[in-house]
Parts: sequence; C-alpha cells; structure tokens
Amino acid sequence: MNDVWAFFSFSDPTVRIVSLGTVFLAMSASVVGTFAFLRKRALVGDAIAHAILPGIAIAFMLSGTKNPVVLMMGALISGWLATWAMEYITEKTKLSNDTAVALVLSVFFGIGIMLLTHIQHSGSGNQSGLDQYLFGKAAGMTEQDLWTYSVVAVLLLTVVLSLYKELKVYSFNPDFAAVSGLPVKAIRRILNLVTVLAIAIGIQSVGVVLMAALLITPAAAARAWTSSLKIMLILAALIGGISGLSGSLISYLSPAMPTGPWIVMTLSIITLLSLFFAPKRGALSRLLKQRRHSQKILNENLLKVFYKLSVERKLEQVGLSVDQLQAERAINKSDFAAAIRRLKRKNWLLAEGEKLKLSSIGLVEAKRVVRLHRLWEMYLSQRLNLKEDHIHPNAESMEHIISPELEALLLKELDFPTQDPHNSPIPYAN
Amino acid sequence: MENQTALEVHNLTASYQRKPVLWEIDFKVPSGHLIGILGPNGSGKTTLLRNIMNLMEADSGYVKIFGKDLDEVRSRLSYVPQRESVDWNFPASVREVVEMGRYRPGNLLRRLKSSDKQKVKAALEKVGMLAYADRQISELSGGQQQRVFIARSLAQEADIYLMDEPFVGVDAATEEAILSLLSGLRDEGKTVLIVHHDLQSAYQYFDWMILLNTRLIAAGPKEEVFNSTYLREAYGGKLNLLSKLGEIIAREQFPLREPDFKEKEGSGDE
Repeated sequence: MNDVWAFFSFSDPTVRIVSLGTVFLAMSASVVGTFAFLRKRALVGDAIAHAILPGIAIAFMLSGTKNPVVLMMGALISGWLATWAMEYITEKTKLSNDTAVALVLSVFFGIGIMLLTHIQHSGSGNQSGLDQYLFGKAAGMTEQDLWTYSVVAVLLLTVVLSLYKELKVYSFNPDFAAVSGLPVKAIRRILNLVTVLAIAIGIQSVGVVLMAALLITPAAAARAWTSSLKIMLILAALIGGISGLSGSLISYLSPAMPTGPWIVMTLSIITLLSLFFAPKRGALSRLLKQRRHSQKILNENLLKVFYKLSVERKLEQVGLSVDQLQAERAINKSDFAAAIRRLKRKNWLLAEGEKLKLSSIGLVEAKRVVRLHRLWEMYLSQRLNLKEDHIHPNAESMEHIISPELEALLLKELDFPTQDPHNSPIPYAN
Repeated sequence: MENQTALEVHNLTASYQRKPVLWEIDFKVPSGHLIGILGPNGSGKTTLLRNIMNLMEADSGYVKIFGKDLDEVRSRLSYVPQRESVDWNFPASVREVVEMGRYRPGNLLRRLKSSDKQKVKAALEKVGMLAYADRQISELSGGQQQRVFIARSLAQEADIYLMDEPFVGVDAATEEAILSLLSGLRDEGKTVLIVHHDLQSAYQYFDWMILLNTRLIAAGPKEEVFNSTYLREAYGGKLNLLSKLGEIIAREQFPLREPDFKEKEGSGDE
C-alpha cells in the first residue's frame, strides 16, 4: 500500500517521467485512433506501427544516436511511406485494401527486423535499447523523451480540436465533404500525419506489436458508452490515460512486470467490461431487455386470461382461483407465481381471500391488450387476407409489441371496428 | 433565367475500375426542372453523377455547371449520396448530420454561426424531422435516414441538387414527402437531378429525363424521351460490341484515350 502512495506522490522523478509520458502517449493514440476506428481503418494503424521499425533503424544507423527527435523523424518518414504505399496499392492495383495492408505490414516489418539484427551484430556499443521498440519499454523513458511526447501530444490534440468539425464529416461521409468543397485531400493527409505521429511516440512504451491495441481499443470501449462523438473522444482519451497510468503503476510495484503489456491488459479489461456492462449497447443491458420483454409478455397473457374468464362470467372484475387460471393457460408454476406477484405489485390484481380479481386499472390494461390482439387480427384478415385459422397465432405476439402510436394508426386505418374477425367485441377504454 | 443551362455534360467518356462505362455522353439541362437519370443496372447512372461532381476523373470530356467549372460554383451544388453509402452506426445525432450541410470552405476550423443553426432547424422542419433532432442516427428507419440526408442537402441552399436513388427503401409517406419537397424546389427555379431505377414511377415523378445505357439514349422533356423506341433501346440488352470492347480495355489495360486526345478542357457554351 505504501508503494501505491509512493507512486501517486510522484516524488520519484523516474515515476514522474514514466507515468506522465505513458499517459500522454496513450491519450494521443486513443484520440487519433478514434477516427481510425470510425473510418474502419483499425488494421491500418497496426500496419503503420510495424512499418515504423525500419525508419527507426535507419535513423539510428545514419545518425548513430538514440536521440528521440532523430529517431522519430525516421519513424515519421517510414510511417508516412507505408501509408502512401497502402493507398497507392489499393487505388492503382486490383488488390483489395486488406491485402495492401497485410503486404505493407509484413514487407516493412521484415525490413525493420533485418536492419535491427544487422545493427545488433555490428557491435557499435551504442545499439542496446533499440529492440525496445519491438515490445516497448516505458521504464527507459528519459526527460527528453517526455518533453518530445508532451509537445507531440499537445500538437495532436490541437489539430483534432480545431479540425473537429471537418474530421467528423470526413469520417462519416467523405464524398459529401468533397462535393461540399472541403479540402478532403488535406484533411486526409493531416489525419494520416497525426496517426503516424501518435503511433511513433506510442511504440516506445507499448512496442510495435501492441500499438494497434492502444489505438483502437479505447475507441471501441468508449463507443459502448456513448453515441456522441465528442463524448466518445473524451472517454477514449480517459480510458487510454487510465490504462497508461495503471500500466506504469503495475510495473513500478513489481519491476519484473513490463509496462506495455500491462497497459494493453488494463485496456482489454476496461473494454470487455464496457462491452458487457454499458447501458443500451452492452450485452448485459440486452439480456435484461430480453428478460423484461418476456416478463411483459407473461404479464399481458395473464391479464388476457383474467379478461377472458371474467367476460365469460359476464362480470368484468370477478374473483378467480389459481386453478381456474392455470386450467385456462399452460404456464409453468414458478413463472406463473412470479407473474402474479408482479401484477399485484403494479396494483393490477387484487387479492380476494384465496382468489384474485382485476383492479379497475388492471381492467383498463387487460382491455388494452385484448383490444390490440383483436385489432391486429382485424388488420391481418382485412389487409393480408389471411384465412381465419391463421389469424390468431399470427396476432398472438403482436399485441405485446404494438405501441400507442401504432395503435392510433391501426384504429384510423381500420376505422374503429367494433368486432374482430371471430365476431368477438373489441373492448375500448370506455 | 428560366431557360438558363444549369448543367452541361460535354462528350464525357469515363471508366470505372478501368472499364469504360460511359461513352461520349453529351447533353444540356435547362434550369428549373425535376430530372430523372434513368437506365438499367450498370448503365452508368451513378458514374455519371460522380463525374458531374468531380468525385472521379473522366477519360475525356468535361462538365460545366451554370457555364462554369465545378470549383467556381461548388456552393451552388448539393449532393445526396445513396443512403447505404454511409455507416448509420456513426456516433452522431440527426442535428449533427444536417449541420454538416453548413460546413463550408468558408468556415473551416470555425464553429457554426447561429444563422447556420437556424437554417439547419428550418431544413429539419421541411422534412418533418425537427422532432427527431436529438435522436441518434442509428435509431432511424430507412425513410427517416433519407429525410435526414435530404435535410442536410436543403441546408446547403444550393441551386442544383444531385441525388442518388433517394426513393430506394423508403416508406410511402416519405416518398410522397420527398417528392413534394423536390417539386417545391423545382417551382422555386432550382434544378434537381435524380438517379432513379424504377421506370414505373419515373413518368409520374419527373418532367425531364436522361435515358442512359453506357451511352446516351435520349435527354429531354419526358414526353419526348419516355417512348417505347427509346425505352427498348435502353433496356433491351446492352450493345454487345461496345461492352466486349470495354472488357478488352479493362483486361489489357489499354488507355481509353490517346495522350493527345483533346476536349478534356473546354470553355462551355454559356
């Protein structure tokens, strides 16, 4: 616990540099990656990350230093070249886009590994540490690195913020943006440039291989929570930042743990949780929705049974025993009991000794369900010309789905009928 | 004003993935009409539209809008792409999509003005979608999506509207609403060109027609174009020789035009 405090006090300059640097680069990658995600260019980021390797190797061979600015220039050039190559191959040849991406990724990465191996065997003494770009090594970050990263991060955020409107329309509908006279070529180049930049600074801590995760997963997680691009960008940056911070925390607490993979692990966990728990778009909320629907269907079917048995006795709110109800409609016992409990809680059913009867608001609800069922039967027989024996099963599920707006339309189209096709009366509210 | 030429397509030849799909298309469209671009599948309707908007490069020929190059009159032109051409799962609201109609080279890097926002609201009102302004676009029906696209186009306040299949997959109410909007635009003197594949409704919808099947069959007032001779020519099978030649060009990578072929540029007649 003391270690955690020591980490968050940021008194250790190494901790300060590493954690700040990681947070900055994770946030930049997340924001830029959101546009790659929305443009369905997830793998392009992966290809660029791999393609940066030869640039770094060549920059080192030519300059003999590991100065981050020099190496980043090399990274930029080869990343840019890879982007151009992918676009050129897709446009000018018959190869599909995914082939172009795979081709560029493997060719550039192959060259990168080759050069890296050459450097390692050349024994120039200064070469150690270059292989950190393969798998990332945040702990090796220097103050100079941190400065470079923060400048780049600020630059990226400024670009995205000021071009927000243009990036939005370009990502959604590039043809429309072009016809509107917006400079789409320039927008594309700027977006490519910031993507390459974000990747170039990101690979230092997570490495070439895991970079795509840092680019795309924050966006995927953020998308689960929101349908607004603005909020999505903020959330993606937050998720990226938190992952960066926890990655450096974990490797601080246990120095044997690598930062990059832990950033990606944290990200993956956040993403999985988001995909499952997010409201509306999450898997859990879909499950709950399905459950609510099946409960609603059961409730309404039970109301129909009450209505039917009551009407048969010429009384609208007669007390009925559980056996009478169960004889009418086969529903398994526990579901039946649960439905009764729910209806009582809504005050649609009232207990009358051992028996149950509809309350006045329950009656209104029961009438609504029966009315929708019979209206839909009417619609099926009139508009779809279904035979009489086909009508009932087809209407059976619809009564639970028809909304008040649809009901109004249905009533208008059928001109307020009084009887259904089986000559049963259609119950109106009053 | 009434008979000003809104659009001139001059000897346009264009290919899609190296396969020529339009041969020597040449016609003029007067302003103030509701014009259907008709033809069977693969007859080059969308390619023609994309060429008019300079979204692809022609092999030869040129397009003039109000007698000028597209770049000089962009703000007078509005485009409604096919509904399926975008991802409706994109995180945006109805309002945000319609606001895109106000994004202009003139307000690059700047926020929209309140006058822009008013225009967006007016456009939403016209298509009956103002009540849905804050709805996520992923929650819309096909007809509503099309209305949003039309509203975005209306917000551009253009003089020529180019629409790619706006009637596909929409409900009857939307179809009617769109049609009356478009007729309204025509009555204001605007020119509306619509790529349309359904012959049945075409005669009722449009007052001018461009009949296409890789070459131009006919262009003119619907009474002149919509007759059995022209329709049979357009829909009665492709020109075999022409399409065979096209296949060879695509396969062997022949250039469609020799380098000194002229008419890539032109002054236009207006």
